[in-house]
Amino acid sequence: MKRTVFVKKIFQAALTILGVLVINYFLFRVMPGDPASMLARNPRMSAESVTRINEMFGLDKPWYVQFGMYFGDLVRGDLGDSFIFKKSVALIIWERVPATLLLTVVAEVLAIAAGMSIGVVAAWKRGRPVDVGALGFALVSYSMPTFWLGILLVAFFSGYLHLFPVSGMISPSLVFASPIVKLGDMLSHLVLPSLTLALVLIGEYALIMRNSMIDVLTEDYIVTARAKGLSESDILRKHAIPNAMIPMTTIIAMSLGFTITGALQVETVFSWPGLGRLMYEALKGRDYPLLQGIFLLTSVAVVGANFIADIVYGYIDPRVRA
Amino acid sequence: MESITGARSMWRLFRSNALGVVGLAIIVLFAVVALAGPFLAPYDPLSFGRPQDVLRAPGPGHLLGTDDLGRDVATALVAGSRVSLLVGLSATLISMLVGTLVGVVAGYYGRWVDTALMRFTDVFLVLPWLPLMLVLAALLGPSVWNIVLVIGLTGWAGTARVIRAQTLAIKERQFMERARSIGAGDGHIIMHHLMPNVFPLIFANTILVTAVSILSETTLSFLGMGDSTRPSWGTMLHFAFESGAASSGALWFILPPGFCVLLLVMGFTFLGYAFDEILNPKLRKR
Repeated sequence: MKRTVFVKKIFQAALTILGVLVINYFLFRVMPGDPASMLARNPRMSAESVTRINEMFGLDKPWYVQFGMYFGDLVRGDLGDSFIFKKSVALIIWERVPATLLLTVVAEVLAIAAGMSIGVVAAWKRGRPVDVGALGFALVSYSMPTFWLGILLVAFFSGYLHLFPVSGMISPSLVFASPIVKLGDMLSHLVLPSLTLALVLIGEYALIMRNSMIDVLTEDYIVTARAKGLSESDILRKHAIPNAMIPMTTIIAMSLGFTITGALQVETVFSWPGLGRLMYEALKGRDYPLLQGIFLLTSVAVVGANFIADIVYGYIDPRVRA
Repeated sequence: MESITGARSMWRLFRSNALGVVGLAIIVLFAVVALAGPFLAPYDPLSFGRPQDVLRAPGPGHLLGTDDLGRDVATALVAGSRVSLLVGLSATLISMLVGTLVGVVAGYYGRWVDTALMRFTDVFLVLPWLPLMLVLAALLGPSVWNIVLVIGLTGWAGTARVIRAQTLAIKERQFMERARSIGAGDGHIIMHHLMPNVFPLIFANTILVTAVSILSETTLSFLGMGDSTRPSWGTMLHFAFESGAASSGALWFILPPGFCVLLLVMGFTFLGYAFDEILNPKLRKR
């Protein structure tokens, strides 16, 4: 990739993050129901207290000074203090990141492997029962509310079959158990949440892989390969699949926002102690600084992932390298 | 006359698309239920039942049982269909208006207008929409119209991109040049030459956006952002989940609203997918 293109991409990503920061700032300062006016709405509060609160949040200063203060705090990693936990937002979020990361990575790996395989088979057997079945599965899973799928899986696998635990990440009774027992316990807690999240993603990935494969299979070089006398499996493995996979990198990165959306719901249903569960708690307690922090982190993560996907795309598809 | 034969051949293509026909049938079914709602439902959806009516299993009197406050589930479903459809369609209307406006303006005027608008669109396109919507909904407060606003204002980015691409393609066509050379203004060209050609795409996109809007409404309401005075299917699921209906085995309270969402969204997804196949010949079976 040329340096100018690379610099341009960095510049674009930085601009997008700046956009996120501005949206984040104005959402919480300008919208009705911001924390300061919520506090000031208390009828028993004296005029001095209101002034005091405004000073505390810097609301007595002009908006550009306020934005500068907010930006300065961000650079120092200060996201303010949570209303309900009475701790630093950055610290609380940091504690919850590993659980969400574990859940999404496991689900993504499952979904990418299964989704791509289904997509390839469906495109190859186009119009046959396998294809129709795959398409049906994809459209149904796309239309299913993620949290509802989670509830159904809990009701069936935990409530009815008693195979997996209902919620949480580790059984409270295992505080003094050996690490191996703890690991096994965590894995059994992980099965249902990651399965739920993966099932929702598989449909999307399969559908896109299928359409990408169909596009590739109508290209001239596939006809050429067949004319050269290559076996069908060689055409598939060496010519069709690698080329059909190229758009998938972008799609997977682009749909990370969708994955996070799914993870938030799954965590809520399974009480998985990650960012999604945290967001649900923050919503219930109208904990604005915490909400703002989670929104900021997830947005930056998505923009970052898209940036990386852009770069990777440049490496695997020589056509966009110029 | 050409547009009529166009519509007719579209209809013939559509009729042979099983997925599309099934989708349309599902949507029509739900629309009829929603419209006839007050005449169908035997109980008042909002008034609580007597203590002995709480969490009754499905049976005579209560076809689908009752919820944790003794309300008839079937009645709540019918009332919920009105809210879910109303919110889904209204939010889609906002999304389509914003998306079309941004897409057409960016594509038609080009240059820095295009660059600025598309950067802005990209921010909305990649942002994880659920956190953004939850934050907005929490700040605005729970009301049906706030939810409409939140979903509408966060869901337009994909549409804007599609419409822009189509506008760019049409801009290069000869009739645009001709219109300009005889002195037509931008407003006239956009309304009379550009829009008629962008319209089929707007139509196909509207259907897919509706599916997403209905899902968004359900998710927001499930997470407690719904208006409890006008319960939707998502709101029902919120109360079902909060009351622990899943673990207590009161499945009649959890399955029906979810199935309704699934079916209705599937209806719109099927229909949208069918239109995609009709409008994109490469996907059409040879």
